[in-house]
Amino acid sequence: MNPYLPYPARIDDIVIETEDGNLKTFRLVLEKKDERDSWNHVPGQFAMLSIAGKGEIPIGIASSPTEQGHLLFTVNRAGVVTTALHKMNVGEPIGVRGPLGNGFPVDTELKGKNIVIIAGGFAFTTLRATLIYMLENRADYGNITVVYGARTPGMLLYKDELKQWQERDDLDVHITVDREAPGWTGLVGFVPTIAGQVKPSPENAAALICGPPIMIKFTMPPLEEVGWTDDQVYLSLENRMKCGLGVCGHCNVGPVYVCKDGPVFTRAQVQKLPVEF
Amino acid sequence: MLDKAGFEDWLRELAGQFEIFGPKANDRGIVNWQKLNEGELPDERPGVPKGSIKTFFFPQPETLLEFSARPGTEDAFIPHEPGTEHKPRLVVGVRPCDARSVVLNAMPYEDDPYFHKNRQNVVLIGLACRQGCSTCFCTWTGGSPVGTEGLDILAYPVSRGYVLEPVTERGASLVESAGPGNDATGAELKELEEIRSKAPSSLPETMELAPRLREKGLMDLYNAPFWQQLSDSCINCGTCTFLCPTCYCFDIQDETLRGKGRRIRYWDSCMFPLFTLHASGHNPRGEKVKRVRNRFMHKLKYFPERFGPLSCVGCGRCVRDCPVNIDIRQVINELLAT
Repeated sequence: MNPYLPYPARIDDIVIETEDGNLKTFRLVLEKKDERDSWNHVPGQFAMLSIAGKGEIPIGIASSPTEQGHLLFTVNRAGVVTTALHKMNVGEPIGVRGPLGNGFPVDTELKGKNIVIIAGGFAFTTLRATLIYMLENRADYGNITVVYGARTPGMLLYKDELKQWQERDDLDVHITVDREAPGWTGLVGFVPTIAGQVKPSPENAAALICGPPIMIKFTMPPLEEVGWTDDQVYLSLENRMKCGLGVCGHCNVGPVYVCKDGPVFTRAQVQKLPVEF
Repeated sequence: MLDKAGFEDWLRELAGQFEIFGPKANDRGIVNWQKLNEGELPDERPGVPKGSIKTFFFPQPETLLEFSARPGTEDAFIPHEPGTEHKPRLVVGVRPCDARSVVLNAMPYEDDPYFHKNRQNVVLIGLACRQGCSTCFCTWTGGSPVGTEGLDILAYPVSRGYVLEPVTERGASLVESAGPGNDATGAELKELEEIRSKAPSSLPETMELAPRLREKGLMDLYNAPFWQQLSDSCINCGTCTFLCPTCYCFDIQDETLRGKGRRIRYWDSCMFPLFTLHASGHNPRGEKVKRVRNRFMHKLKYFPERFGPLSCVGCGRCVRDCPVNIDIRQVINELLAT
């Protein structure tokens, strides 16, 4: 098998997620039935999206492995490839290389634990995959708490699902926006502030935190105050990547490759590394 | 043992089967890897050619995938593996340090089909070093001037020609194809023994560096104070990374021209700020000191932690051609002292 050869796929659906139009969710279907059937990933893994003639980009897989038959990728328009992708239409060919990386340990360390998911902005994507997976296997986990925030109500991802999750009684969901907005009746405040108010218990628990570095930095003190330790906190790093296989050398943080050894690390692991991410 | 004429005949014979390359001086006297014409022997001047042999295993550029870039056709923009095969290659005059780099690079490239295909396609005939150069230090990195790692055949240069030592099976069958050759005289056997015993002593004293650097604390080395001073003079030209046989980082880019497209990889350098630049504008190694440190730490600490040996063969090219005289041997000494 050639790990550089993408699986051929088609764009099956496109959803504009945010009011600024900069985030779209692409539903992709692998073209070949055997590749579609044998595809399996762990929430938190990523894949290389390949647009022949433009290049490849590493994007976290936003769908859960329990959602079969297609893959979801929520993509922020930022560089050459993502801009090209944003211009593409339903039915156009694309390639998918993966799944890559390690993912969250949903079937091992996280099993039987109370789970706290904290996310800011568009870093929610692989945590959506994780949450869907956990809800499909609800009995394997204890309490599940979600704190998710965006700048404005219009910048929240997966708005329909957020509503459904808020209505479930086996899930504790806190959705917040940075400041008051017309028509918004939910929480207002930065994610770290809301996390501090929620005060999740560290007992038999794990926290999965994805967001901008500044959010992670300010989310840690309120958690530490109530007894959380670095080995209970899982982070997902990102770096520029080319191969996604631990060869090309672009994404290393000291001795580890984000693409191969990560992207998921405990905060305890990250604290031992140079700050090169 | 083959005398020079016998060696020439042998290469002539092999030219039917292989494209033959070796170190050859250009019109300005710079020795580099070039195709050897009929009757040409590898340049035997001490030291290594300008560029490393990674060019044979990690071509610049290498086509990973091809695709049609003609919109509207059924297979448009659906990449496939390239179909082109090229004639097997035989590289003569390879110094043991260069050959060893192939073995080291094979560690990260374990699952890389292109690298392995190139390894199958390229036969290496080594040339033992009679003596080291002022920039050589293979003896610090686990190598030897008469080392055989990565080679198919090692040739010892003696006055009349070469004594051939087969290393791999494919090397042995090639040596066999050379016929019985000449019997080595007593004087030639003595010459051979002298190379084996004296060449290493012309180099810095052997050191087991990898275990010593492995046991040092990662962040102690990372935070060592000398990095700043060292990087002050670096101009981030990337010469060290391009000449280095064990610098194997690459970039992948797509190109399209007249309806044909290909995805290629080519040498990249962690000395360049673009290497780590995120699309957001954030750059985790935006400062020069971080890039200089990364290159040395990768070779001397990160790679050994993952694979065991240093990612350096002591060929000394980076020392020889650095425009601001940064010397990896000095970096090694600084790290050992940290």
